[in-house]
Amino acid sequence: MVAHAEIRVVHLGGSKINFREPVITNDSRFLLCASGESVKVYSSSSEECVHDLQGHTDLVSGIVRNPSNHLQVYSCSADGTVRLWDFTDGILIKTFIIGYPIYSIYVSENHGGVVFVVVPMANDKSSELFQLVAVHLPLSGDQEVEARELSAVLCDVSPSGAASFGRKGEYIAAVKGLQLEVFFFKNQKSHRFFLKPGNKKGAKNAFTCVSCHPKEDCIATGHEDGKIRLWRNFNQKKEYTYSTLHWHHGAVNTLQFTPEGTNLLSGGIESVLVQWHYTQENQKDFLPRLGGAITHIAVSPDGSLFCTSHSDNKITIIQSCVKVSAIIQGLVKGEGVRTDLTIDPRSKALVLNGKPGHLQFYSLHRDKLLYNLDIVQQEYIHEEGLDQFEVVKAAFDTRGDWLATVEERTQKGSELEINLKLWAYDEQTQSFMLNTTVTAPHEDQIIAMCFSPSPEITMLVTISFDGHFKAWLLADHSDTKEGASWSCDFVGGYHHLKPGCCCFSADGSLLAVGFQEVVTVWSPSWELLTTLSQPPGAIRELCFGRLSCSKYLLGTSTKNQLCCWNLLTCSLEWSTPVDVSLLQADPLSENMAAFCSQSGCSDLFVFKPGEPRPLYSQKALCTGKVQRAVFAPRDQMLESCEEHAQWLNRSQLYFLTQHMDLMTFSTKTEEDRLLASSKLLMVDDSVAVTPFYLLLGKHRQQQEALTNPMAERIQLPQGSIAIKELLYTPAHVLPSASFLCSMFVRSLLISSSSASETKVLQHTLPFKSLGSLRNVLVFHEMSCKMNRKYSQDVDKVINNDF
Amino acid sequence: MASFKSTKIPIYPKLGEKVTPDTLYWKNYKAPVQIKEFGAVTSIDFSSLAPHNYAVTASTRIHIYGPFSTEPVKTFTRFKDTAYSGKFRSDGQLLVAGCEDSVVRLFDVSGKVALRVFKGHTKGVHVTDFTSDCYHILTGSDDYTCRLWDIPNSTELTSYKEHTDYIRCGTTSKLNRDIFITGSYDHTLRVFDARVEKSVMTMDHSQPVESVLLYPSEGLLVSAGGRYVKVWDLLKGGQPLVSLKNHHKTVTCLSLSSNGQRLLSASLDRHVKIYNTTNYKVVHNFDYAASILSLALAPDDESIVVGMTNGVLSIKHRKSPEEKREMVGKQRMQPVYRIFVKGRNYVPKKDDFLVSKPVKSHLAKYDKQLKKFNISKALDTALESWRRNRKPEITVAVMKELDRRGTLKNALAGRDEQNLSQLLNFLIGNVVDPRFTPVLVTATEMILDIYQAVVGQSSVVDRQLVRLQELVEREVDYQQDLLEVLGMLDTLFATSLPRKECFSVFDGTSSDFENP
Repeated sequence: MVAHAEIRVVHLGGSKINFREPVITNDSRFLLCASGESVKVYSSSSEECVHDLQGHTDLVSGIVRNPSNHLQVYSCSADGTVRLWDFTDGILIKTFIIGYPIYSIYVSENHGGVVFVVVPMANDKSSELFQLVAVHLPLSGDQEVEARELSAVLCDVSPSGAASFGRKGEYIAAVKGLQLEVFFFKNQKSHRFFLKPGNKKGAKNAFTCVSCHPKEDCIATGHEDGKIRLWRNFNQKKEYTYSTLHWHHGAVNTLQFTPEGTNLLSGGIESVLVQWHYTQENQKDFLPRLGGAITHIAVSPDGSLFCTSHSDNKITIIQSCVKVSAIIQGLVKGEGVRTDLTIDPRSKALVLNGKPGHLQFYSLHRDKLLYNLDIVQQEYIHEEGLDQFEVVKAAFDTRGDWLATVEERTQKGSELEINLKLWAYDEQTQSFMLNTTVTAPHEDQIIAMCFSPSPEITMLVTISFDGHFKAWLLADHSDTKEGASWSCDFVGGYHHLKPGCCCFSADGSLLAVGFQEVVTVWSPSWELLTTLSQPPGAIRELCFGRLSCSKYLLGTSTKNQLCCWNLLTCSLEWSTPVDVSLLQADPLSENMAAFCSQSGCSDLFVFKPGEPRPLYSQKALCTGKVQRAVFAPRDQMLESCEEHAQWLNRSQLYFLTQHMDLMTFSTKTEEDRLLASSKLLMVDDSVAVTPFYLLLGKHRQQQEALTNPMAERIQLPQGSIAIKELLYTPAHVLPSASFLCSMFVRSLLISSSSASETKVLQHTLPFKSLGSLRNVLVFHEMSCKMNRKYSQDVDKVINNDF
Repeated sequence: MASFKSTKIPIYPKLGEKVTPDTLYWKNYKAPVQIKEFGAVTSIDFSSLAPHNYAVTASTRIHIYGPFSTEPVKTFTRFKDTAYSGKFRSDGQLLVAGCEDSVVRLFDVSGKVALRVFKGHTKGVHVTDFTSDCYHILTGSDDYTCRLWDIPNSTELTSYKEHTDYIRCGTTSKLNRDIFITGSYDHTLRVFDARVEKSVMTMDHSQPVESVLLYPSEGLLVSAGGRYVKVWDLLKGGQPLVSLKNHHKTVTCLSLSSNGQRLLSASLDRHVKIYNTTNYKVVHNFDYAASILSLALAPDDESIVVGMTNGVLSIKHRKSPEEKREMVGKQRMQPVYRIFVKGRNYVPKKDDFLVSKPVKSHLAKYDKQLKKFNISKALDTALESWRRNRKPEITVAVMKELDRRGTLKNALAGRDEQNLSQLLNFLIGNVVDPRFTPVLVTATEMILDIYQAVVGQSSVVDRQLVRLQELVEREVDYQQDLLEVLGMLDTLFATSLPRKECFSVFDGTSSDFENP
């Protein structure tokens, strides 16, 4: 099959923002964090993403402020480059090519023109050992510079964030394992301090993090067992001292001194930000229940803002250690997506399990987390080795009125706890409200569940390892005070076999339940209509065809078979030997997507059950198995004429790879997308029906009527630019209102120069009007028929013309 | 920064009947007043005239009671044998009654001596009634005949001898003076028209008929006999509409509620059942001490009067609205208005700048201790005696929460004799409760693990441990018995069901659900 260049697999947002320590700018207005292959600039007050600094071709592994220019940052990446950015405008200033994958970056004010980066030892990429090297950045005007001047500082350091510069950059401290190493730049000497493994009384002495006091000779180190040690007098090899602080019960993940050195901040798995007073160490302040485990702490240079990164892909901005002022939340992917990827029919958001005990609603179009729904409603205890409730299943009914969730908790040596919860959508609060809780709905784990799509009946079917499937009905107790609640209506089974999957037909008139090798088809009145079987191999997934293909039932079995049964004849229509790992039906069309795993790679086939040839196929989509996939309906239908891309017209296919990357298919080429956005702007120009504009336009029209009709054409773009600037730029990047106001008022006035211009124009009126008339004609033709690319050209022509 | 999430106390579904408007309506009666009569109360009839006196026929007397009197207002004793079926005329002036001595007597309500005596039947008369024009009397007798009598002339008008057994019930139409219905022990119901020689309609109840009742619209007829209550459609020529079998002994009496929406049936099984007349489902049930022979409802359902075989007349009066309010007021002590409102009714002015105050959430004491990780204290709080006794679900929920945190063992450990015996008491009281068993079994195992070293040091604890052991053993035996019964039932079902390929079980009780 020919590879289609037009359809590309693209990464979707939702990458980790807690990978490395975020950076707060000098004026505390922006927060920068590494997010996958780009650096994101967030506004610290509005939580909005202001810029997305793109340029790196691999994972960004560190960001630091440029000590010599407070409007610039350095970022390093595993692609072996260090890049210098202007974050206010989002411009790449310089690229320094180091040539080795970089894992961390450090700078110091006292070491101008030098950055310290962590690269693999022995200079090969597979090495497990890392070294800290100083890179002298060459002064050159070029955009891309090769930095070859490397000098090793420390050998054998940990690859991530376990080093810190001391007072005035005189020394650098790094920790790894049971060793603290301090390197003094003055005499180019390093001191090493070792701790015993110390297994008695549960002590684990291994270092986890380090931070140096900015004003005094003091190094704070965090340890596995929750202790914090403050090292002093470490410029002598023997007479060093340390004092111990202990509050954390788990490992200290991160430590940070405030810029003045008055406080020490620490965080760990407890999700409590602890603020130790440097001089009175028994005094501490706490900020509890911040969310997931704290992984990084960053402090703004003026000490007014703290920000903590959390393991649940979240950054919290804290004002002076008392108030959480903003939360930037990314898509939480964690160790595994237990719930399937589902689409909320109301908000069209992607729904999956996120924070422990929560479901997250993630907007795919805006790459933003909408909200978290607390499913478990229990206080989360941050402790390692504790069995917590996890949300394992979630399902929506077709209208989005009901949400069903299953949470379970496996406990060592005792029985499984399962709760089935049903949530009703509340119009007033625009959220889901708990309606019914069913404790122990089944005797064993629930494998799958689905809502009946039929509009007359609200029914949920759950299947479980205990060999039964249960149907739950919404019973209306209108005669009592309690209102509607759910209850079990039917319990079914088939020869005590374990069910594996269930699926409703598109109109809800049939339920198919796969019991190992046998597919049973049930009517809504719970009659077993027929059984279908194609041994050997247990049924793994079932899927009904839709629309014109609704007579087909597709099933995949463990013995690498994809079968299609015709439900009218109750016979096998076709089957093919492919190892389908995932079968997904598009809710808006007849199309089915089958992900097949073959020799460590995944292939995609898109087909209609009734047609012999696939619509589209792509080999080697990604490495490893595709874990989850979902069809998300598009906001507006695309009108693509290419045959093989038509399956993406109505909905978009998203999938999760083995490495938990969320990917999607994009049909349009890059230019296409750019054109679309430019077209969008053009439309805005011509329409601009904001009330503000209408008001101004009317006002100006009156003026124009008084002076001359031609002036309107010249003034209009000017005025609309001012309005556009005011209305379409995000409020937080606009200059101050006082500045804007004068500019805006000026734009309303007819300046003396423009008045003279109109005079000139009056002279050239016949030519000009002819030209504009022609433009309008051409434009009209274009918009009717021609391609967008041409229209851009025409746009250019028009611009030149003016 | 999220706030502390309090411990979730599960709400368990309330067992027993659901609260419906019907149960509220029919429970809204006071405790019954009981009056001892001389013999079994066979008939009760309310006068349609204002104070709504009622005539109670028992033994050889008919007593007339006022609506709230416990002493008879009037008594008719001129019967030679057992009296039956004392009935008021629709104007409340006359009363007719049958007698075992086959004589039918007509009384003036204010007088004492019978105004008229109708003789003609050869055996006891169990049924008497006035026709709708008030000038005739219908009687039904054990001599298998039913007759119509003229009151002014005291003569017999017609006699029908179509039944082949005792006639024990009958009623006249309130809309047509000529139509009446009788029910007999020959299992039939017959509709007669006085203008016609023969019965116009016959229905087979297939049980000896004890009571008949016409709907106010007279389109439907209800009959009771044996364990069955049957509803017939008269307009469709006597087609059976429904057959209800909710009693387990003979149904003796029928009545309609004042609005005609509910049907009441009384039976020898000591129950009165109330049906919804639209779907004929039982909506409520009354229990009485003895088998019921007669039942009557006062107009507007003001009182329910029931007569029983042991001669006890039970009268329930409806609660008046004032009394109801008094009850509610006593239960709820409300704070002083001034404190309760506390500026809550302040309406902000137009230019006021509103500053909302964060609402401080109130945490229960055990939640406050859980928040501070004071686990032993939290368990102590949850084990306080009133909470332990009155709301065991709270104690169990706190134990579950501690178990989830992995600290239940620590919280249970280190208790002295008094504390431990308290804890064991709670376990003995609740460990076999199916709602709490999963949590409490873990707790019990932990307690046994922790305190097995000190067994034998305290007699109180030892005694409790022995009791606990006995309890658990008994429960295990009980469960085993239940499983055996289940196995027997399964084999019975398997043999009775037609052999089919699939096994599906209807099951609505195995999973308990709750409504938050």
